[in-house]
Amino acid sequence: MTAKTEIWQGTLALMILKTLDALGPLHGYGIARRIEQTSGDLLSLNYGTLYPSLLKLEQEGWIVSEWGVSENNRKAKFYKLTRSGRKQLEREAKEWNQTTAIVARFFAPQEEHS
Amino acid sequence: MRKLRALLLRLKGLFSKNDDFADELESHLQMHIDDNIRAGMSPQDARRDALMKLGGLDQTKEAYRDRATIPFLESLVQDLRFTLRQLRKNPAFTITATTMIALGIGASVAIFAFVDAALIKPLPYQNPSRLLFVTESNRDIPHAAISYFDYLDWKKQNRVFDSMDVYGPRGFAVNTSAGAEMVPGARTSDGFFRTLGVTPVLGRDFYQGEDLPEAPQTVILSYASWQKRFGGKSDVIGQSVTLYEVPYTIIGVLPQNFHFAPLENAEFWTTLHPALHLAGTCDARRSCHYLNGLARLKEGVSAEAALADLKRIAKDLEAQYPDSNRDQGATVAPLSEIIVGDVKPILLLLLGGVGLLLLIACINVASLLLVRSETRRRELSVRRALGATRTRLIRQFVIEGLVIVAVGTIAGLVSSYWAMQILNGLIPKDMMVGMPYFDDLGLNPRVLMFALVLAGFATALFSLSPALRLSTLDVREGMAEGARGSAGKAWTRIGSKLVILELTTAMVLLVGAGLLAKSFHRLLQVDTNFETRNLVTMRLRAPLSTYGEDPQAVALQRNLVAEIRTLPGVSSVALADTLPVNFNGNTDWIRFVGRAYGGEHNEVNQRGVSSDYFTTLQANLLRGRMFTDAEDQSKPQVVVINQTLAKKYFPGEDPVGQRFGDTQLTPKSIKEIVGIVDDIREGPLESEIWPAYYYSLNQQPDITYWVVARTSQAEQSVMPALADAIHRIDSRITVSYMTTMTARINESPTVYLRRSSTWLVGGFAAVALLLGVVGLYGVIAYSVSQRTREIGVRIALGAQRGTVYRLILKEAGVLALAGIVIGTGCAIVAASLMRKLLFGTPPWDITTLVCVAVVLGVSALLASFLPARRAASVDPISALRAE
Repeated sequence: MTAKTEIWQGTLALMILKTLDALGPLHGYGIARRIEQTSGDLLSLNYGTLYPSLLKLEQEGWIVSEWGVSENNRKAKFYKLTRSGRKQLEREAKEWNQTTAIVARFFAPQEEHS
Repeated sequence: MRKLRALLLRLKGLFSKNDDFADELESHLQMHIDDNIRAGMSPQDARRDALMKLGGLDQTKEAYRDRATIPFLESLVQDLRFTLRQLRKNPAFTITATTMIALGIGASVAIFAFVDAALIKPLPYQNPSRLLFVTESNRDIPHAAISYFDYLDWKKQNRVFDSMDVYGPRGFAVNTSAGAEMVPGARTSDGFFRTLGVTPVLGRDFYQGEDLPEAPQTVILSYASWQKRFGGKSDVIGQSVTLYEVPYTIIGVLPQNFHFAPLENAEFWTTLHPALHLAGTCDARRSCHYLNGLARLKEGVSAEAALADLKRIAKDLEAQYPDSNRDQGATVAPLSEIIVGDVKPILLLLLGGVGLLLLIACINVASLLLVRSETRRRELSVRRALGATRTRLIRQFVIEGLVIVAVGTIAGLVSSYWAMQILNGLIPKDMMVGMPYFDDLGLNPRVLMFALVLAGFATALFSLSPALRLSTLDVREGMAEGARGSAGKAWTRIGSKLVILELTTAMVLLVGAGLLAKSFHRLLQVDTNFETRNLVTMRLRAPLSTYGEDPQAVALQRNLVAEIRTLPGVSSVALADTLPVNFNGNTDWIRFVGRAYGGEHNEVNQRGVSSDYFTTLQANLLRGRMFTDAEDQSKPQVVVINQTLAKKYFPGEDPVGQRFGDTQLTPKSIKEIVGIVDDIREGPLESEIWPAYYYSLNQQPDITYWVVARTSQAEQSVMPALADAIHRIDSRITVSYMTTMTARINESPTVYLRRSSTWLVGGFAAVALLLGVVGLYGVIAYSVSQRTREIGVRIALGAQRGTVYRLILKEAGVLALAGIVIGTGCAIVAASLMRKLLFGTPPWDITTLVCVAVVLGVSALLASFLPARRAASVDPISALRAE
């Protein structure tokens, strides 16, 4: 079994927002599958941990939810990015890029030597 | 902002059931299972895999719930629900505990409201702590008033005051549509309000020099007077009002919250206008002391320094005016002391008393809680064993304490409102005008804060005591209900002592209340030697300008009697310069004609009455005759004496026909005794009878006197007609203090003092009794819970139920007896200390002591009966199986 990376605290919310931004309204299961796929199955994700995060995002007003019907005719709750959620995503994405860029600089010289 | 929104949503989540999420999870699983089956799994494997990927159904739900609500709060709500259930299951405990707290907090808050109104709330003046009450002093009187000229010198020569002013009371006759009325007022120097730091809300203050004889007469109205007499109209400024037949211009209205207790409820504030042109008037003499001083200290000057400076001036004045200012010193006191000095010790004593009651109440409730925690040992041990943390269990107790205290405090606040009304009602109206600061009594923020502090203290006590007990709780031991720790025994010992103390307190207070009630009853039974029922009394004052001469005054007196007598409902009427059951005093020094005289002071009460006085009062004539209406200034002076005078000065002689006069036997003063009347009580009910003589008002007329009317129907129904009849004769006659004789007696200081102290001590006693009894119950019940096993063994070994009853009742009886015995001793000592308040009742009054002991004994028996019954009904099998 390949060692899978545990998901980092705080990044899950960002992944959810990005997923909703990319795919539009989606239910919890769909988001979970999408995150797993996007990570190329490198992430070990307990689907259940997604729901408290979705609730938190909803409480903070970044997303809204609504009952609907899935592609397989199942009743499902769909989540949708709000306008403020989209702005939040932009902010967080920017921060994320900055952070990774900074961290990347620390590692760049080492790569040259190797 | 976002965080707050989230928090609110989570708070909301506390109270809503979230079934939505179960549906969402279900649909999630279904979709996953569908996918898995499509991928070729068997339905069973598909479901297992879906659940595994989810990470467990319950874990997910719990994680979701933690986010949907606030976990800490949620368990708090659970504890609260649990507490409420527990309390509802135990109504006896709940009601007892909350009633205790309500009583304790209600009484404390009510008394504190009075303390706050009198002592904490600042006086409605600018920087009131810098204000001094300033007077002269002499050898006999520490606070002697200031004379006008001394005031002028003090004001000019002192180096310690920013300003100094004087004031004095003054009543005014005011003409109203219903006839003339006596209205309380004041005369002050020009800067009085500036010194206080009070500005009129309407109009202006007195300007400098407005208090001089040549200044125009002006008046400032009190707010209440403005509302009552002038309808609160702002065009009142500049209007004229006639006071004592002199027109005054209204120049201002005082603020609504303004009060000045030394001048009671003065309505018209006028300036001094000393009558300096009339030699011999009080104003014109340096030796006539009638003003009180008010001064504002200069910055940085102490009251002591001010006193020293005033004494220096007084010394100078003494040297300058040796006649009038001999031995005239000076005194100062903080103004607040003059205003609230009298009530301060009483209020603090009461506050101490209710504080003590509250403490006892809290200890009682704490002991009840302990009893409960004892019976809940098992429950707590089980919870502990199942993994409840100690904090969680302690929190349970804190919440329980909080709920009891919260309910008790709310009930206490409501009852304190009533208590305040009752206490306020205990203060008679004419005392109340001297305490205007009690007018806006109520639950203001400071009082509520005080209640909150008390509640916090009580909560701490209640959560702490079972929590401390909990810390000694051994899980295994508790579940086995096995041997008791020593802590239980220690509490029983302390508790017993506390209960004895509580019962002793209750005994002392009950005896006090009993003795006071008995004194009160005895006092009202005192024979006044006249019929006090169906008598209306009122004070009249006729204008000097019309009735200043004797013939006019006599004619008015006769007119009044004749007019009032014809009124329906009035059977007879008389006039008197002083009412009976009032005071001994207004005396004369007499000397008997034809007897040796060594200059001794034969001091006797002298009373001027109209001819029908004795028949109207229904007093007994013992010898001789009463006055006739025809006896006026044209006839020789005659008097009627009371029995005490006859006995004291004419032992074994017939006084009728004898004569006496003043110490010089001036011919004008010689009077002949024509009759002896039974001792009409002139002084207060409790005082002894003084010798007295009555002269005829027809022979020495007056323009101020009391009217005494005997009614043949309810007194109240006649009163309006009486005032009308008087005003028909002359509308400028003022009528004041109209009331009934019985009301006068009930409101008289001696009666009032005993009535109010009976109620006050009685109230305290009732609460103390209740607390003592509940305390006893708590201790005995606790002891029974501790001894359940022992009692079980006894019953198993053949002890009868009756024996068990005796066992428990004996334990309670010993405590009650100790309380009663010690209490009796203390009560006698306490009663001796308040002997002055007792009347016709010795401090060791046996009936009171026995009655109180019986009441206390029976209550104690009732309180211990409940736990005794529980002990007797112990099932030996279950008690022993608990091993």
